[in-house]
Amino acid sequence: METVLGQSVQRLEDPPLITGRGRFAADINFPHQLHMRMVRSIHAHAEIKSVDIAQALALPGVYAVWTADDISHIGPVDFRADRAAEDIKPYRQPVLAKGRVRYVGDPVAAVFADDPYLAEDAADLVAVTYMELPVIVTVDDPIGEFSPGIDTEAAILTHSYGNIDDAFSRAHAVVELDLFTGRHAGVPLETRGAIGRYDAAKDILELHGAAKVLHRNKETLTRMLGRKQSGLHLHESHVGGGFGIRGEVYPEDVLVLAAAERFGRPVKWIEDRHEHLMCANQGREQHHRARIAVDAESHILGIEDTFHHDQGAYIRTHGVVVPNLTMCLFTAVYRVPAYHARAHVRLTNKTPCATYRAPGRYEASFVRERLMDAAAAKLGISPIEFRRRNLITKDEIPYTITYNEPEAKKAEIDSGDYHLLLDKALSYIGWDTLSPELAQRRADGELVGAGIGIFLEEGGLGPSDGAKIAVDIDGDVEVITGGASVGQGFETSMAQICAEALGVDYKRIRVIHGQTDRIAYGIGAHAQRTTVMTGNAVNATALAVRKKALEVAAGVLQTAADDLVITDGTIIRRDDTAGPSITLGEIAAMLVPASKSRGTHVPGLAAEEFFDTTETVFPYGIHFAVVCVDSGTGHVKVERFVIAYDIGRAVNPKLVEGQLVGGCLQGLGGALYEEFIYDQRGQPLAVTFADYLMPTVREAPDVEVLITEDAPSPHNPLGIKSAGEGGINAVGAAIAGAIDNAIGRPGAVTRLPVTPQRMKDLLRAGA
Amino acid sequence: MTDTHDITLSINDHDYTITVDARHTLADTIRDQCGQTGTHVGCEHGVCGACTVLLDGQPVRSCLIFAVQCGGKPIRTVEGLAKGDELHPLQKSFMKYHALQCGFCTPGFLMLAVGILENEPDISDSDLREALSSNLCRCTGYANIVKAVRAAAEELKAGS
Amino acid sequence: MKPAAFHYHTAHSVQDAVATLADVAPDQGRILAGGQSLVPTMAFRLATPGHLVDINGIEELHRLAVEDGALSIGACVRHAAFHRPVTDGVLGALLTHVAGHIGHYPIRQRGTFCGSLAQSDPASEWCLVAVTLDATIIAQSTRGRREIAAANFIEGVMSTALDDDELLVEARLPLPTTETRYGFQEFSRRAGDFALAMALATFRLDGGVITDARLGIGGAEDRPRRITQVEAALEGKSPNAETFEAAASAVAETLDPMEDAGTSAQYRRELVQTLTLRALQSAAS
Repeated sequence: METVLGQSVQRLEDPPLITGRGRFAADINFPHQLHMRMVRSIHAHAEIKSVDIAQALALPGVYAVWTADDISHIGPVDFRADRAAEDIKPYRQPVLAKGRVRYVGDPVAAVFADDPYLAEDAADLVAVTYMELPVIVTVDDPIGEFSPGIDTEAAILTHSYGNIDDAFSRAHAVVELDLFTGRHAGVPLETRGAIGRYDAAKDILELHGAAKVLHRNKETLTRMLGRKQSGLHLHESHVGGGFGIRGEVYPEDVLVLAAAERFGRPVKWIEDRHEHLMCANQGREQHHRARIAVDAESHILGIEDTFHHDQGAYIRTHGVVVPNLTMCLFTAVYRVPAYHARAHVRLTNKTPCATYRAPGRYEASFVRERLMDAAAAKLGISPIEFRRRNLITKDEIPYTITYNEPEAKKAEIDSGDYHLLLDKALSYIGWDTLSPELAQRRADGELVGAGIGIFLEEGGLGPSDGAKIAVDIDGDVEVITGGASVGQGFETSMAQICAEALGVDYKRIRVIHGQTDRIAYGIGAHAQRTTVMTGNAVNATALAVRKKALEVAAGVLQTAADDLVITDGTIIRRDDTAGPSITLGEIAAMLVPASKSRGTHVPGLAAEEFFDTTETVFPYGIHFAVVCVDSGTGHVKVERFVIAYDIGRAVNPKLVEGQLVGGCLQGLGGALYEEFIYDQRGQPLAVTFADYLMPTVREAPDVEVLITEDAPSPHNPLGIKSAGEGGINAVGAAIAGAIDNAIGRPGAVTRLPVTPQRMKDLLRAGA
Repeated sequence: MTDTHDITLSINDHDYTITVDARHTLADTIRDQCGQTGTHVGCEHGVCGACTVLLDGQPVRSCLIFAVQCGGKPIRTVEGLAKGDELHPLQKSFMKYHALQCGFCTPGFLMLAVGILENEPDISDSDLREALSSNLCRCTGYANIVKAVRAAAEELKAGS
Repeated sequence: MKPAAFHYHTAHSVQDAVATLADVAPDQGRILAGGQSLVPTMAFRLATPGHLVDINGIEELHRLAVEDGALSIGACVRHAAFHRPVTDGVLGALLTHVAGHIGHYPIRQRGTFCGSLAQSDPASEWCLVAVTLDATIIAQSTRGRREIAAANFIEGVMSTALDDDELLVEARLPLPTTETRYGFQEFSRRAGDFALAMALATFRLDGGVITDARLGIGGAEDRPRRITQVEAALEGKSPNAETFEAAASAVAETLDPMEDAGTSAQYRRELVQTLTLRALQSAAS
């Protein structure tokens, strides 16, 4: 049978989605359900003086209106990552604001009514009076009061190694930069949604519309609501994009569950877009002051970086993971002998921030690659040449980055050949012809230029994931995982891995994910872990099923198991393919408990295995952009974008390419179009799709993708790394570099997004 | 104040006789009262295009029109594209070219594309790109959507 | 984002529509034509009309015809009607060119030319066209019918000369002479976005010099405006780079641009200068 691993097979997910038979959260309905509508703060920072629900409650069809007092037994939303971080616990978000609101959109009350139109009418009738408090709007504003005795600088975090003072004191050249990445976020096409349902017959509370990290969320929610572990389950159906922002525990998830339990009726909440743009996790807003020291041979001696991280109004489930991620892989693919980074985590009266695809890394890459370009310019060598001289060589890998700080995560780069990828990328791009072409166009008066960013990603975080696989008596296969799908093709990838290991057609495999009642443990879908962890768990489990099948078949076919192969679900002798055979379905039938041919075998053609690892994997890539600047309007057109990415091993190249191109457009959005802006009173100004601008077909360049498999990971049998974040990571950096090159001013771009107005400002400043 | 109206909506050649509030949008009505949840709601202010359906043969944003305006006018949604098991060329093309990831924007893009190609089968590449810029997608980066629609356009022209 | 409740009325004739409007105007009664601007504002509950009077079923309002040297555009004529030129000559070509900038394909299937005028968003392309080409707006109510010149019709941001009980039934665009040239330039952040600024230039060449120049700027001030002093300055000049640059610069100088958190007055001014230059160059080529 032909190998299916590494083939761009069509997706198993597609048929229901293409025919409009998907089940997204809004498509889920239960009899007698109530609709929840939130009442949200209209001020960025205020004390709640009173909440009058009488008029709302009086509206026919309104069942209840809750405020914080109605859920006083429920604590704030707990951390998922960073659980041990005691110091930052005061900054957690209450499920409903009590006493104080801290951002426009902060939930104050919840209305429950017969239909969503009515619920919205009722919410408008809830009368809240506030006393406004001073507002912290930018990440550089003076530190203020979060609550009595607790200030708005939640943490100061450090990552360092080497002797940084020495590096700068003996430097041949030093460059200092002041850089800012603007606030933006994942903004999936489907808004958030949650349906709580209490099955009284079984005493089980269900959350539908869940996503991303179901097993962890189950733990969190069980604890928050005082349920038994077996008395609360999460169910994922179709998910309209995640990008990191969906699937964390939000106040609304807690509310629908608590309400469903208390009312004995299902409670459905579907976020509207206006709410989404004010309330769902945002990110990326950081202000860096960084400097780089180099020697006379253009080698980096050290990098120092102090930044303010805008955390928004509360610390949600990620704790302070994002500023840590900004620092821990900052040096990426480069040899940096000394490094010192300090993050000031600042709370502001804006939407809370957490992870967004390549969290902390999009920001870090922008800063790091700007430093590279700046150093190159200072030394008078090309940006490419400077990078080349400082890339970690293949021979140095495995390469370990260890920090002085015990809480800082070590990075043990598993495999890589950065110089090779750079060469391949430049060749693919046709750099030798392109560079003089661009120079000629500039000479002819066009503002056209090229920029580059090289980055390192980390994926496959363990420590463990498992899978259950069973073959039924018809030879169809069910794979149960604790994974989650946000639309990335998870089912297909897992099916391909199983198909390869088990010898069946991938189309005969059903992959279960996102159901906490089908499997006890799961890592969900985040931090680009699933293909590595769940994929290897599926592989190990499928191999175990294969082994059992061959053992049974060996007896039936009177042949050693080693001499048997499985092709398209049928077991045959390797050297006698037309000879006697038996199907997997027949084996499964032999193994049913009552079967007379079962012998001493444990019933079922099934297995459950785990993949354990203490290692992570490090895919890497290069982003290359060509832009043309319209000096009249300030519009930046991305003429060309190339992604070169080493993924170790691609399970389905077409799906990998899809992830990379999609991520690239999001990165482009953050570089040129998307920004959440606020006025000086903390009022959000980008809360419609007419103001928060995401790229359309017209803004999309024809993204070229070069996937290489030169550095498979030695840490898992499949050799795979990950691809979820490889498309977005250095897009801001590459576009910034290209703009600088286009206008002939290295270091001009210091702030993202480069809107037409900011572009005009840059042009004017240089004139 | 409720202002209810009895209407009959014709969706994919099937009549739904229902009672709606004046303010119920066509999108919500198709989904909730007529049970056709393939049409998705992404923004409710007419920008994302996830709610695109064909009304009288033209692609429109069903979140910007009230159900009460649509009595008796033929409406086509994604559920009506396939003929039994036979998928529409655009549906096949989307799968072939990996033009969907999460699938949320997909029905809107399909109906937009069907509407455009039925009205302008000879549409140029650049005009097609312009027309497809009507809808938002957050997952795919658009490249495969454009390829899929272009390929289906060729197939539809060849077949007709 | 569900609209607040309202009463829905269907009008079957213009008479019917204005009679109903007269009744409901005191209770925030509004006309429903395309709905592409009105319904989003209702979704955000920024607009909460107590009544909507649906005029889409009134056949005579779908009329689009050339008569008496003008293009007569009924209230329900959609933007999409202009996808192909509706007249031979300049006006047809101009309207088709402009229509492609309005929103997106599906929006254009429903939104109406006259609805844009009644809405009077500074970023409206049709408002700029109406003002630059001296359109006449016809309004009808139970009290009678009146004609209003476009420049007088638009009074400011989202504000027109229409009384609450008046229905805008028709807009008339005078046909320019056959030798008229036009140039239209618009800049928006993305495909289909609101214009940050627009310039519409029309003129004839007589003996190689510019005459009968019209120069309208939209999206930049609180209403579209013909820049009459620059029009006058163009009269008799050669259509060359020097002329156009001077004109563009003069337009920028005279501008009183809108400003908001995302867009500064300076940026708008410079943008208008660029677009004016390009519109003039486009008309000349």
